[in-house]
Amino acid sequence: MEPITQFKGVVAPLDRANVDTDAIIPKQFLKSIKRTGFGPNLFDEWRYMDQGEPGKDNSERPLNPDFVLNQPRYEGASVLLARRNFGCGSSREHAPWALLDFGFRVLVAPSFADIFYNNCTKNGILPVSLDEAIIEHLFQEVYETPGYTISVDLPNQVLETHFGDRHPFDIDAFRKHALVEGLDEIGLTLQHADEIRAYEARRRQSAPWLFAGGQ
Amino acid sequence: MAGKTLYDKLWQDHVVRENDDGTALLYIDRHLVHEVTSPQAFEGLRLAGRRPWRTSANLAVADHNVPTTDRSGGIKDPTSRLQVDTLDRNCDEFGIVEFGMGDPRQGIVHVIGPEQGATQPGMTVVCGDSHTSTHGAIGALAFGIGTSEVEHALATQTLIQAKSKRMLVRVDGKVGPGVTAKDIILGIIGHIGTAGGTGYAIEYGGEAIRDLSVEGRMTICNMSIEAGARCGMVAVDDRTIEFMRGRPFAPSGELWDQAVEYWRTLHSDDDAEFDRVVVLDAADIQPQVSWGTSPEMVAPVGGRVPDPAEESDPVKRTGMERALEYMDLRAGTPLSEVRPDKIFIGSCTNSRIEDLRAAAEVVRGRRVADTIKLAMVVPGSGLVKKQAEDEGLDRIFTEAGFEWREPGCSMCLAMNADRLEPGERCASTSNRNFEGRQGQGGRTHLVSPAMAAAAAVAGHFVDVRNI
Repeated sequence: MEPITQFKGVVAPLDRANVDTDAIIPKQFLKSIKRTGFGPNLFDEWRYMDQGEPGKDNSERPLNPDFVLNQPRYEGASVLLARRNFGCGSSREHAPWALLDFGFRVLVAPSFADIFYNNCTKNGILPVSLDEAIIEHLFQEVYETPGYTISVDLPNQVLETHFGDRHPFDIDAFRKHALVEGLDEIGLTLQHADEIRAYEARRRQSAPWLFAGGQ
Repeated sequence: MAGKTLYDKLWQDHVVRENDDGTALLYIDRHLVHEVTSPQAFEGLRLAGRRPWRTSANLAVADHNVPTTDRSGGIKDPTSRLQVDTLDRNCDEFGIVEFGMGDPRQGIVHVIGPEQGATQPGMTVVCGDSHTSTHGAIGALAFGIGTSEVEHALATQTLIQAKSKRMLVRVDGKVGPGVTAKDIILGIIGHIGTAGGTGYAIEYGGEAIRDLSVEGRMTICNMSIEAGARCGMVAVDDRTIEFMRGRPFAPSGELWDQAVEYWRTLHSDDDAEFDRVVVLDAADIQPQVSWGTSPEMVAPVGGRVPDPAEESDPVKRTGMERALEYMDLRAGTPLSEVRPDKIFIGSCTNSRIEDLRAAAEVVRGRRVADTIKLAMVVPGSGLVKKQAEDEGLDRIFTEAGFEWREPGCSMCLAMNADRLEPGERCASTSNRNFEGRQGQGGRTHLVSPAMAAAAAVAGHFVDVRNI
């Protein structure tokens, strides 16, 4: 995955709480067997006026002018500002794939759902949680300021607003490391192959039924 | 020193190594695979020239895309068919056991795991599906993962995990008649909210949970993710052990005795400490109906659609207003006046034999109301279907006007042909009432199987205790 260290981008505000992964990428697009190409169907039901289907030419579809990502002032946005419990529901990794494919690299919200948060960090998307009052303030600033940008400095764990306000944020050390380095986690884990085998050998002694094979 | 919680014990028994950054490499005993979240993981293995670490730890089944009508002609939708064919090919290539679409054991991944004894007490169980929490009902550490972790689990038989905080949800006392596991979990989610369990592993305890069958506990644990928690679990007891006995993948002979001895240790110690404890009184829980577009938006069936104006939190208030608009409901409307167009009895939450029995009990000798466009029962597996047919439940349903379908996820998420049309309202035994979940523009009301059956015959929501 692509590493992320310093990043600056235009902010799009998605003013809803509990945005679920069904809304981020509806089920019919989950039939793809690829990791890419989900961007045009990101938030499909909110973004278009008609019903989306895989294979449909999205450039021909009527857009919902009220939806934030269809408004010219947020064109090219790569930072999504959202409300609490963003990404709840289904574990589909297609949700971060769709956000990434659209161009989002940073998400800013008061809180994220656990599985979604984890999935983001496996795909080079940085989710930043900030206090709800700060988020509220950011929404106000974004609405009032065309071209509003946010920068993040991941190594130092600081988010800087368009006007230079700096907000520190928390992130687990291992997730930060993976994002900054763009790591292949499987390759790293396999460096511990001997320890996995040793665990299996111990477990085979203490819980042999787990290794009896199925039928 | 305080004793250990069930979660602590399950966690500790699976740590391969502790990393310096506070995470652990956790060993995975059972990996369940389905067609939607696995193709990119298998592709990743191929690209890296990797093989599954331990093939026999995996068990695969297609469930999300499969048709619930006659399957003799295969899957009509070419994109669905490609995904199911891809799973077949990947399982062939990597030597993974798969229950194909024609196999009588095929069904929803979270129904067949316990049904086969392929998921067991004390196991770590993962699957690229958030409802993997279901398997916690038998005292397993079971949680949903994304596709990157599916690939990681395939390649290494481990996952890098940070330990969650521990929450006990205790439901004291006994529930009243007509109140089911579904009502208990909807009541819990209504109480703690859809993010109430974020960052926690939930253990469910208390008399009302202990009184539930293992299947009922699965309904509870299944919806842990709707409370924000990746995993939910219930301690092992005699019911759990009886449930496991004789299942095809369960241990037998001497290994059974050894396993049972270990399983009996899988409960929280009396002096274990939790980071958060939530206590509900079972007697307060009524049959529930969801009215909004988030599983926390629930009310007792005797209640009314709430008024957003009475909500003080502005973010919540906006969410309620939007939900009422989407659901086409007015504040103050009695839930008993809400009339569904369709009835769906199925999903990994409520498609096991007990669920079908409970619904059939209500339906027996009655007819689906004329105003209902479609009422369908989708058993959780081929074996559940057969058992129900052996008990004559299929006839009770079909004689009442229900359709009796083949097993799969079906209209819980509408990836196959079963879906709501825009504006249609559904009484559904599934787990999510999100906008568009059962079909774009569709409106979902979450209920128990008995309540769905009652709504089918009455033509509107009704307290199952009064019919």
